[in-house]
Amino acid sequence: MNPYNIYISGVGGQGIIKTSVIMGEAAMKSDLSVVVGEIHGMSQRGGVVSTQMKIGDSHSPIIEKGKTDLLLAFEPLEALRAVNMINKDSYVVTNTSSIYPFNIRQSEYPYPELSTLLEELSSHAKKVIDLDADGIAKEAGHILAVNMVMLGAAAAVPGFPVDKETIIESMQNNLPEKSISVNLKAFKEGYRVCSSNI
Amino acid sequence: MNIKEILTRKEKDKLFLMGNEAAVRGALEAGVAVASTYPGTPSSEIGNVLYVLAEDAGMYFEFSVNEKVALEVAAAASASGLRSFTFMKHVGLNVASDSLMSVAYTGVRGGMVILTADDPSMFSSQNEQDNRHYARLANIPLLEASSPQEVKDLMKYAYQLSEEFEVPVILRTTTRVSHMRGIVELGALKKPKSKGHFDKDPQRFVPVPESARVMHKNLVEKMDQIGVLSNNSSLNHLFENESSVGIITSGSAFNYVMDVVEEYKLPVNVLKITFSYPFPEKRVLEFLENIEKVLMVEEVDPIMEEEVLAVVGKHQLNKKVHGKLDGTLPRIYEYSPDIVLGGVSKMMGLEMPVTTDSNSVELPKRPPTLCPGCPHRAAYFEVKKAAEDLNLDDLIFPTDIGCYTLGIESPYEIADYLLSMGSSIGTSCGFSKATDQTVVSFIGDSTFFHAGIPPLINAVHNKNNFVLVILDNRTTAMTGGQPHPGLPVDGMGLEAPEISIPAIVKACGVELVEIINPLNVRNSKEIFKKALQFNGVAVVISQYPCMLIKGGSQKGKNIIISVQDDKCTGCETCVLELTCPAIYTNEDGKIRIDPLMCRRCNVCVQTCPEKAIRAKRINNNRGEEE
Repeated sequence: MNPYNIYISGVGGQGIIKTSVIMGEAAMKSDLSVVVGEIHGMSQRGGVVSTQMKIGDSHSPIIEKGKTDLLLAFEPLEALRAVNMINKDSYVVTNTSSIYPFNIRQSEYPYPELSTLLEELSSHAKKVIDLDADGIAKEAGHILAVNMVMLGAAAAVPGFPVDKETIIESMQNNLPEKSISVNLKAFKEGYRVCSSNI
Repeated sequence: MNIKEILTRKEKDKLFLMGNEAAVRGALEAGVAVASTYPGTPSSEIGNVLYVLAEDAGMYFEFSVNEKVALEVAAAASASGLRSFTFMKHVGLNVASDSLMSVAYTGVRGGMVILTADDPSMFSSQNEQDNRHYARLANIPLLEASSPQEVKDLMKYAYQLSEEFEVPVILRTTTRVSHMRGIVELGALKKPKSKGHFDKDPQRFVPVPESARVMHKNLVEKMDQIGVLSNNSSLNHLFENESSVGIITSGSAFNYVMDVVEEYKLPVNVLKITFSYPFPEKRVLEFLENIEKVLMVEEVDPIMEEEVLAVVGKHQLNKKVHGKLDGTLPRIYEYSPDIVLGGVSKMMGLEMPVTTDSNSVELPKRPPTLCPGCPHRAAYFEVKKAAEDLNLDDLIFPTDIGCYTLGIESPYEIADYLLSMGSSIGTSCGFSKATDQTVVSFIGDSTFFHAGIPPLINAVHNKNNFVLVILDNRTTAMTGGQPHPGLPVDGMGLEAPEISIPAIVKACGVELVEIINPLNVRNSKEIFKKALQFNGVAVVISQYPCMLIKGGSQKGKNIIISVQDDKCTGCETCVLELTCPAIYTNEDGKIRIDPLMCRRCNVCVQTCPEKAIRAKRINNNRGEEE
């Protein structure tokens, strides 16, 4: 199978690596090949974090510029920073809750307006689905479930190669038992909101 | 996946593993009895997994005080007949290199594998040195992995090779392999030997000049034999495409080559070099026979490229060799499919579609920073204020390797000079002698144990004059919170004697030794002032646990810290000087503190000049005020 390329971006501490592990194990359970590329270490501590994933036949997880099928952005500024990874056929799912860089006051450029970010993204993609993933996570029971909201939204994107049930199974193998109900609620709500916006 | 599955799963099972996790499974399948490391990205997770599994696996694992000791622990275990594994980041091997050179001479009995995790593009390192050079410097075999499956499989092969020729073997990964996840099919586990026995043989294990000369001769002979093996090894694999154009590649670069070749159906033959030293000269010669030109795709230095040029020269072949040296590919940083495609297109004269879609909005950067409530931030703030109070404005801040290096960023700007682990103290000695500037130096607790003690002895003995701040946050924070000798726990999670930093500092002859709690701002500032006025080496030990580890401040869960708008004058000291990520200015221009990010360290409360930030007690966990 030609690889389905997913680029996940956001800020250190948002649970991006856990999300890609859950997706990857779900792909493996679906008998698909999968590779993921991560960066650890210095990129944590509130810096940019991104992982790249190819589901299908591929050697390297590193996506060629413009060849991303799905950009999953946990933070809207980081969605736009990754815009050179997408093309006019790409789907973008982005959280609308901003996290300002810690030294934004010393920054050369201001944090753009959300509407500017979304407009610019839309001009480069097939479809941008924006959702308040932080709000949905809090509603589901905990802000830390924001990654499962995003995962749920990803699973609802047309063409996503792994089905919802297999992802839920993989969540159960990767998340602590005591938080599973909140995470499932977050996942399902992310899925629902994204589906209704497609 | 539960991390324990790396140990509990059976042969033929499949796991979705990171390269570093696969290295652990490889060690378990090889029956490694002793493993040792000093944590360093991108190799850190190997140690994190062993910390959890070693005891159950019946093996010994330690976080050594530094990489040199780690390598020595492994070397002695091998000399005693056990299989040993030592692993480190690329620059860690510099620290271990003194003993590496000698263990190459003495050789080993039980197999010994040294995994070096290189960091092309410097995601979390001070340089991107290519450690394939070390295999040449020490003259020992080198294997290069491209994927988690290969990491695991090569671990097992490396032990066979090491034992057959009684020589240590280097396994090289890069960040993109160490931190790549992929599906790994498991092999059978092998039970490690519980104890070895060291059979004495000084002619073999003590390299004094007379014996060392014999050892070197033996090593060269062994490597000649291993060269026959690398030339015939199936690890060096040909992907034949009946082309007159070839690519020779290794490691992570191989993955990019194959993705590009398959995606664009490029007519090229590819030779993947995995057993890369001794360089398989004959294998390459055969490969070159049917092609006219070859592109060398490797990270980071043109090592194989020079080897291939030597083959071409030695055999007077009329072949074109492209790569880094003729500018077909970049000489620095990691590669990517885009970069490889660019190189291949250049060599083959192909036109490739350009797909760079750039946006028209300028974006602010997002540098990593110290966490909310990080005790280092408080210490930095206090040092600066203490210097201000004393009208000292010409300060040099040598720094060291850890989270606190993030002090380089605005507004802290408290990192002026850095070379390597422990260099803060050594370079402070130099600055103190070479200038009349005030020197305030920073080092973390783990880094102090690693390489800070000899330079501190040097500083006292040579009558230096500077302030050393030991930022003791009770963990090796930047690499993910591994224990170190200052903690009552060892590399297998067992109880261990705690080594006292103040006692070491005093034993080094330091006369002014102060311990502060950096979250107590006024007191800490006064102590920094005292240290700045001291003539000689003054050491301030700033003790507070990292907010990310267990035991980090969760204190005052029923306290909320907030800004009183009627008192806030908008001076922005908190936002512009303290710059905690939890403090921000909202749309109405008011200062706000994010209760989810705030760790209630209370430093902003103490540093607000208008006393407008207040800690309030709340009576429930919903954040409602009492």
